[in-house]
Amino acid sequence: MTDVSDRQQLSYIAAQAADARVNLEIESEGMTLNLGPQHPATHGTLRIIVRLDGEQVIKADPVMGYMHRGYEKLTEVRSYPQVTALVNRIDWLGSFANEVPFILAAEKLMEVEAPPRAQWIRTLLFEMSRIANVVLFLGDMAVQVGAVTPVFFAFRDREHILNQMEAVTGGRFHPNFDRIGGLKDDLPKGWVDETRQVMKKMRRFCDEIETLVMGNEIFQARTRGIGIIPADVGLSYGLSGANIRGSGVDHDLRRDNPCGLVHDQIDWKVWTHPDGDSFSRFWVRLQEVRESTLMVDQLLSDIPAGPIMAKVPKIIKVPAGEAYVETENPLGAMGYYIVSKGDLVPFRVKIRSASFSNVSITPWLLQGVYVPDIISILGSLYFILGDIDR
Amino acid sequence: MMTLAELAYWQSTSLRVVGGFAAVLLMAGTLVYLHLFKLVSFMQSRLGPMETGPYGSLQLLAEVGKFLQKEDIFPRKADRFVFAAAPFVVLMSTFLLVVVVPGGPDAWFIDSDLGIYLAMAVSSVSVIGILMAGWGSANKYSLMGGLRATGQLIAYELPLILAVVGVVIQAGTMNMQGIVLAQADGEIFGWGAIGNPFILTQFVGLVVFLIAMQAELTQSPFDMPVAESELVTGYMTEYSGMRFLLFFIGEFATAGVFSAIAAVLFLGGWYVPGIDSDSNAFNVIGPLVMLGKVVFVSFLVFWARFTFPRFREDQLQRLAWKFLIPIALVNIVATGILKVAF
Repeated sequence: MTDVSDRQQLSYIAAQAADARVNLEIESEGMTLNLGPQHPATHGTLRIIVRLDGEQVIKADPVMGYMHRGYEKLTEVRSYPQVTALVNRIDWLGSFANEVPFILAAEKLMEVEAPPRAQWIRTLLFEMSRIANVVLFLGDMAVQVGAVTPVFFAFRDREHILNQMEAVTGGRFHPNFDRIGGLKDDLPKGWVDETRQVMKKMRRFCDEIETLVMGNEIFQARTRGIGIIPADVGLSYGLSGANIRGSGVDHDLRRDNPCGLVHDQIDWKVWTHPDGDSFSRFWVRLQEVRESTLMVDQLLSDIPAGPIMAKVPKIIKVPAGEAYVETENPLGAMGYYIVSKGDLVPFRVKIRSASFSNVSITPWLLQGVYVPDIISILGSLYFILGDIDR
Repeated sequence: MMTLAELAYWQSTSLRVVGGFAAVLLMAGTLVYLHLFKLVSFMQSRLGPMETGPYGSLQLLAEVGKFLQKEDIFPRKADRFVFAAAPFVVLMSTFLLVVVVPGGPDAWFIDSDLGIYLAMAVSSVSVIGILMAGWGSANKYSLMGGLRATGQLIAYELPLILAVVGVVIQAGTMNMQGIVLAQADGEIFGWGAIGNPFILTQFVGLVVFLIAMQAELTQSPFDMPVAESELVTGYMTEYSGMRFLLFFIGEFATAGVFSAIAAVLFLGGWYVPGIDSDSNAFNVIGPLVMLGKVVFVSFLVFWARFTFPRFREDQLQRLAWKFLIPIALVNIVATGILKVAF
């Protein structure tokens, strides 16, 4: 009996000492504000320990892992086709895009190639999930700086995209549609015309956001010159996606590394903005949604005929080897490193997700800003908790 | 017909208390239903409450019932007395404000010659309540919200008062009833058909007043103190149940009362053109006219609230000190010169 209580006492002392060490590191003069894990601006459970002097930030430490779901480990006990159902949930707003790099990496190992029609539709859904994802950012960023209405418009118009996704895949949030060697199914009848109409609606939504949010003087005052990321700093922290394009770096994996997708066969443009502040990140994302709707229009107009599934065995065994495929997902570069030992299940899967790197810049970026700007900067970095913690 | 003055003291006092509660609660309810439930829903392309009563009109009762059932939570480290008292202090300022607003020639609570002066003075009482809530909650977010609110309310008190001064100069009285009559009986270059609502001559004052009012009410774009997305509603974070309801009523009732003051100062109060201003009819239709004008002014408030993003603390201070106060001062000088000239 005494043993147990002694042990309890010791572990209690150890815990206290650990806490004190943390407190020594973080707390000195000023106030320590615990931003999260339960905080509306953190989109879930990101925790940022902020040391404040008045309202100015002296030090900010992001604490990640509150939503860790262990997908990398879980993949080791799932067969390859089952993994897509898991990785869907990483970036839950643009979930189809999560499946693509994994499937591409597996295809690379198996040395199969999806037929052109499958590649084409894959690219189509990939871009649509980008729209579904970034549209929500456009509304959400307005909420972060205090305007509540645009996010309702975002949800309203995102609904159209989700309906189209549902019509093809049967799932609104988690399509689980991609297969090694192709796709589960073909497009339904009449879908192409409907989607064209939806793209028109999305462009109208972009115009609306441009006037309602981006043109607003208060929004500009809150975001211009706030949270500036110079290109070299951004690159050294491994930023990707619109965050790095907002700093003027012309980097887009869709153009630079078009593996398995057909972005190189259509006509589009990579948008960059030289300023590197919160506003430029917003601006780049808005232009990208517009560009994506135009891309979808092009993709819709010449989908090649043919099968949607290559010849693959019923039971998928991936030959031994390693492969890494990275694609330009809605949040930034996302990659899967698959190590196979020739089994039914992967031996190891490493997931490189964009938000993890994007959030890691916060200690550098939040130094010296004011509390209201923490929120607008975090909003403009646009992370999704599932994508950080996996 | 008996007037209020002929009643016994206890009778007239109880009438006024009932009237005061009705004026505050009914107005708050009207604004919550019309604006928070419906107007905003239409702006955000949704329907708002539809199930409780026709067009969701009983939703308000459901909400009140919900709040009354909730547990009254005190944070462990809270300063219990201060924490408990704060919502009442905030609501008290609303009730003190409403007493100066006249609803008709004889329908008034107090007929003070210091009317608008009193209103401007007691409107600052809410600052104390908000600071009490922020401090008493023992929560860092609440404290920051309370301090931000204090800084903001003090900064915007000044343009608010300065905007009123123009009206007072033009009406020649601080009595709210007198201001209404000055507008009702006024003439525009000898043409008196619609009286002289001060929105025409004091338009600059009205704009300054509305902006400062928005800030006093801590509504977006000046909602930095309650900032849902960063301070998690600031000084209200720790409140639940009935006390939160009091804050909520206070927020909307104060919006209504400030709109009523704006209506009295700039839109002619209970007066509508076409009826003689001494007519007894105004004792009946006056309050309804006031309600209509209140709904209109508060519509502007909520329209702005649900459209604009919020200013940062330093930006809203800059707006007050660098723009609103100089404009209001120029307005006062111009009004004074024109008053003397004509």
